Amino acid sequence: MVDVLKSVGFDYICANPGSSFRGLHESVINYGGNQRPELITCCHEESSVAMGHGYAKVEGKPLGVFAHGTVGLQHAAMAIYNAWCDRVPVYVMLGNQLDATMRRPGAEWAHSVQDAAAMVRDYTKWDDTPMSLPHFAESAVRAYKIAMTPPMAPVVLVVNAELQEQALAADGKLMIPKLSIPAPPQGEAAAVAEVARLLVNAEHPVIVADRVARTPAGLAALVELAETLQAAVIDQGGRMNFPTRHPLNQSQARAIADADVILGLEVSDFWGAVNSYRDQLSRSSHSLLKPGAKLVSITSGDLYVRANYQDFQRYLPVDLALAADAEATLPALTDAVRRALTADRKRALEARGAKLTEAGAAALDRARLDASYAWDASPVSTARLSAELWAQIKNEDWALVNGTGGGWARRLWSFDKPYQWIGGAGGAGVGYGMPAAVGAALAHKKHGRFAVNIQTDGDLMYAPGVLWTAAHHRIPLLTVMHNNRAYHQELMHVQKMCNRHSRGIDRGRIGSELVDPPIDYAKVAQGLGVHAEGPITDPKDLGSALARAVTVVKRGEPALVDVVCQPR
Amino acid sequence: MAMHSRLTMAIAFTFTVLSGRLPGALSGQAPGSTPTQQPAAPAGNAEHGKTLFVNNGCYQCHNYEGNGGGAGARIAPNPPPFRGFVAYVRSPKGDMPPYKEKVLSEQDLADIYAYLRSRPRPPAVSSILLLK
Repeated sequence: MVDVLKSVGFDYICANPGSSFRGLHESVINYGGNQRPELITCCHEESSVAMGHGYAKVEGKPLGVFAHGTVGLQHAAMAIYNAWCDRVPVYVMLGNQLDATMRRPGAEWAHSVQDAAAMVRDYTKWDDTPMSLPHFAESAVRAYKIAMTPPMAPVVLVVNAELQEQALAADGKLMIPKLSIPAPPQGEAAAVAEVARLLVNAEHPVIVADRVARTPAGLAALVELAETLQAAVIDQGGRMNFPTRHPLNQSQARAIADADVILGLEVSDFWGAVNSYRDQLSRSSHSLLKPGAKLVSITSGDLYVRANYQDFQRYLPVDLALAADAEATLPALTDAVRRALTADRKRALEARGAKLTEAGAAALDRARLDASYAWDASPVSTARLSAELWAQIKNEDWALVNGTGGGWARRLWSFDKPYQWIGGAGGAGVGYGMPAAVGAALAHKKHGRFAVNIQTDGDLMYAPGVLWTAAHHRIPLLTVMHNNRAYHQELMHVQKMCNRHSRGIDRGRIGSELVDPPIDYAKVAQGLGVHAEGPITDPKDLGSALARAVTVVKRGEPALVDVVCQPR
Repeated sequence: MAMHSRLTMAIAFTFTVLSGRLPGALSGQAPGSTPTQQPAAPAGNAEHGKTLFVNNGCYQCHNYEGNGGGAGARIAPNPPPFRGFVAYVRSPKGDMPPYKEKVLSEQDLADIYAYLRSRPRPPAVSSILLLK
């Protein structure tokens, strides 16, 4: 089995130890020499999966996760759902004991299940329960291939205990199939040409990008298309799609209302991008589109949709839909645009590009002005936090692996490399941030990059043990707390209900705040073996604390700075 | 804290800071300048206004300093003219929930208004090294 895991290229296995996969565990560390894959000790299965989630978005391939088929998977389920919503390949192997006559009395019965993967089948792409070692080899390779084929998604392999612990047959040879990853589907040629025609003839084309950049090539391909068209780009930030300071980046502008053609690339909620939704006394919405605006979507999301969980978002009628991988389609689309451009259109495009460049510069000036408000406030403003952090890391080979400090990092920092941003949780399942950051930092470690995490406090409290994992495995990661001492988004929802009913508005914070006592995250981190400072409430103390933490991270260890912040 | 924050904008003025859709009295506000001329507001108690601002959840979207954030507009130190401010609080146009008279009286709003007007003006952007 370990030979199979090595053959597909797993560098790491994340696991909280469990008896149902004791055979695999022992084989990895002894037979496999604990190298490629190396076992990463986790303190919660949710952390194991979320680490795999963050890792895969940096490294472009999954790591492996071991877990009990019952209690381990129950812990892991939310993190698997996040990865499903985020279209990320997470590879989970579950221990189980199917043969009832072989089970130890007691816990092994409670830890056995007829159909382990059933619990997560609605939000995984494929699963199997192999009955022999050759079957395991085939299914393990097949699972990897399926997970890595867009739209990517988690897969599950249930590995029976007997299979893990029995010796190979007498000849000692196991046929391991060769892994071949399918080329992702590119948009059909005639449809691509039609999209190009629409874009070239548009006066105000807008590109909306969400999870476009699967690989480092994705960013460059989107830049090339945008520059060829001189089109505005709204980067929704699901991946590192477009440089934040590129002149055509109009993510802070209201470009949708002016657009006559909108190209949605791997947009998880295209309806939400072109409609305004009001969640007030009654829920209502209205279109942001001007009459006659054409909508085009290119997404691998159209190739695979499940029914039960509703992460597919509201249905949006479009004029042209290409069921294809956007990154794979971009080069052909750019070529088609070039072929369709006339001299007249090129002149018009240049004029449009100049206006967009002006607008982009104005947006950065506006961001700086906005950031200046409450500059010296205590608690620290999220803008000040982001600016202080940027000053400390901008000369490093940095990557922001989680959090944006209320959006300020994306407004104030210059992101221009493919690995500098990986998007968010996908399913908005709280508890993703810290473990995904550690997983992403693990991937960045071998490249020598400086990983940064802007960590919300409520999220950290789900499974803070992953800080110990970072310390134990010497994973360099700078974590800066965006500590607003509340599950603040939920607090806002409760406040809204208080207002709606005009009763107890002053009690809206009950049940959502993390105060009395306030949590001392520096002490939590120190107890888990991580260098930590804080809580910092005066912004003047922030720069020096960050500088000390940077020094720790640069010598290869994790560090945490707790900053008490304004809420948003 | 998801990037797709449409759903997070639960209790905010529609005219958010990020969209640039601020009312004129706010959007033209420059650091270091004097407050815009506004019709006189009733006298208010800024200290009591601060308490109301926190206890009634205003800070949740607008931050403790009224400087705004991803979910609410900047409303300090130059809030919109008082009558418009009151009208908006009573009948917001966006996601912000309404605050009725029985929850926040006219005098309460005057106190909150005084608190917002008392917030320090920001330093000029050009004087902030970290924003260059």
